[in-house]
Amino acid sequence: MSELDFTPDEMMTIAAARALKNTDVCFVGIGAPSAACNIARLTHAPDVTLIYESGTIGTAPTVLPLSIGDGELCETAVTTVSVPEMFRYWLQGGRVTVGFLGAAQIDRFGNINTTVIGDYDAPKTRLPGGGGAPEIASSCGEIFITLKQSKRAMVEKIDFFTSFGHGEGGDHRARLGITTKGPTLMVTDLAVWKADPETSEFTVVSLHPGVSRDMVQDTCGWTVRFADELSETPHPTEIELSTLRDLRARTKAAHSSGAKTGEAA
Amino acid sequence: MAHFLPLPDAVAQNLKSGDTVAFEGFTHLIPHASAHEAIRQDVRDLTLVRMTPDVIYDQLIGMGMVRKLIFSYAGNPGVGLLRRLRDAVENGWPHRIEIEEHSHAAMANAYEAGAAGLPFATFRGYKGAELARVNANIRSVTCPFTGEELAAVPAIRPDVTFIHAQKADRKGNVLIEGIVGVQKEAVLAAKRAVVTVEEVVDDLAAHPNACVLPGWTVSAISVVPGGAHPSYAHGYYPRDNASYIAWDKIAADRGEFLAWMKHNVLDASPEDFAERTKDLRSAA
Repeated sequence: MSELDFTPDEMMTIAAARALKNTDVCFVGIGAPSAACNIARLTHAPDVTLIYESGTIGTAPTVLPLSIGDGELCETAVTTVSVPEMFRYWLQGGRVTVGFLGAAQIDRFGNINTTVIGDYDAPKTRLPGGGGAPEIASSCGEIFITLKQSKRAMVEKIDFFTSFGHGEGGDHRARLGITTKGPTLMVTDLAVWKADPETSEFTVVSLHPGVSRDMVQDTCGWTVRFADELSETPHPTEIELSTLRDLRARTKAAHSSGAKTGEAA
Repeated sequence: MAHFLPLPDAVAQNLKSGDTVAFEGFTHLIPHASAHEAIRQDVRDLTLVRMTPDVIYDQLIGMGMVRKLIFSYAGNPGVGLLRRLRDAVENGWPHRIEIEEHSHAAMANAYEAGAAGLPFATFRGYKGAELARVNANIRSVTCPFTGEELAAVPAIRPDVTFIHAQKADRKGNVLIEGIVGVQKEAVLAAKRAVVTVEEVVDDLAAHPNACVLPGWTVSAISVVPGGAHPSYAHGYYPRDNASYIAWDKIAADRGEFLAWMKHNVLDASPEDFAERTKDLRSAA
């Protein structure tokens, strides 16, 4: 390991955070993306605009929300709009540069399933469903994805197309009349992946420190493509790590007791 | 015109077996007290509508009151999956329910269409997504001006919508503050609307652009302090995260679920909600 000790989860969150620019307007998905987006805001991108589908625009929470509609998001936002307005004017209106999503199941072309495992009518596991994701995937300028690698999550063929990535690859999006870029980046706990400009298939462009090609392949359900010039993901800096750890500690303290959430009501 | 009624009367006068009903709220202001009263009154064969079904829908489904669910994201917010819903869908306990599944954009637009008196909603959605294959109510229309193909879904028109809000004035005008979700549209789309509020005041002291539902858009108002617990009421009490986390375990077991429902819902009353938020209010 390096001069600093860090966990694969911390590396994932920090590497994902680095992908956001200060000028981005980002629609933040539930779970792992929320931590990454707020680390971006608290480090290199203080003016990044974070939008949650509950209607909060330009939010700057001091702790990570437990859910997408926490009061903290509203109190620290530039403005809070109704949910219909959020989906009509802001998302469909094309005012969001990046959609940051997680995934229960994903394939090599960035197609995401959060609906069911198994058959739709007789599912093995009924998942929560798409929520905002089907339109986030088609309306945001581009899509970033972050998830922990596992053969269960990264599969050859997803059970249900909740949100469309690149379909069968190549120019499948364009053929359906979708004008946005779709998934361009995936950050896992082991590697950074980018969509190939020709085939649209996710390709590993950098391995996190200490990670081998075999570790990536062994936790992925499809045959992994590696870029010709594979690099190493830069280590977390001291400031990145301490910012993430402080945020997690504040969040844990705030959410550990139901009656005393520390959430100003 | 809004009538001020005790919650049992407001529910009895506005919700009948077989109704299509929305208990709306978006993490914030979830109308728990109203749903619990509906469970006590044992209405059956309901079609439930909501963008984000959570704990109260898990409870209504687990108690066998639901025929059909129209929704876009069903989860215990910040915790995980809804176990009573899963048991109904995966194992048919206590009975199978029909599912009509959409995306958030579709549901939000469908409520707006209902509020606007239109038969359907159109939007740019579902491109490449598979829900249209399993939901016959997702169709498409062609724009008469540009030729673009757009998604279309039927307007949502509940028989009755229940919401919780911060306050009403004595004329029955209702003020909602904070994350306003889709509650205004859900009320205006419905034939009848029941609103529980934290308190009644002489003057709403509302900002000119605040979300206010005039009294004549509401059928009944019931004063139920704490009526959103364990969700939160901005300005009154925070979200009771521990209760959401506890629900995951309670709902995991059929017997434990039924025992919890008997103690906390069937043998309880709307007045119990004030007690449940007492400590939260002092922390707020």
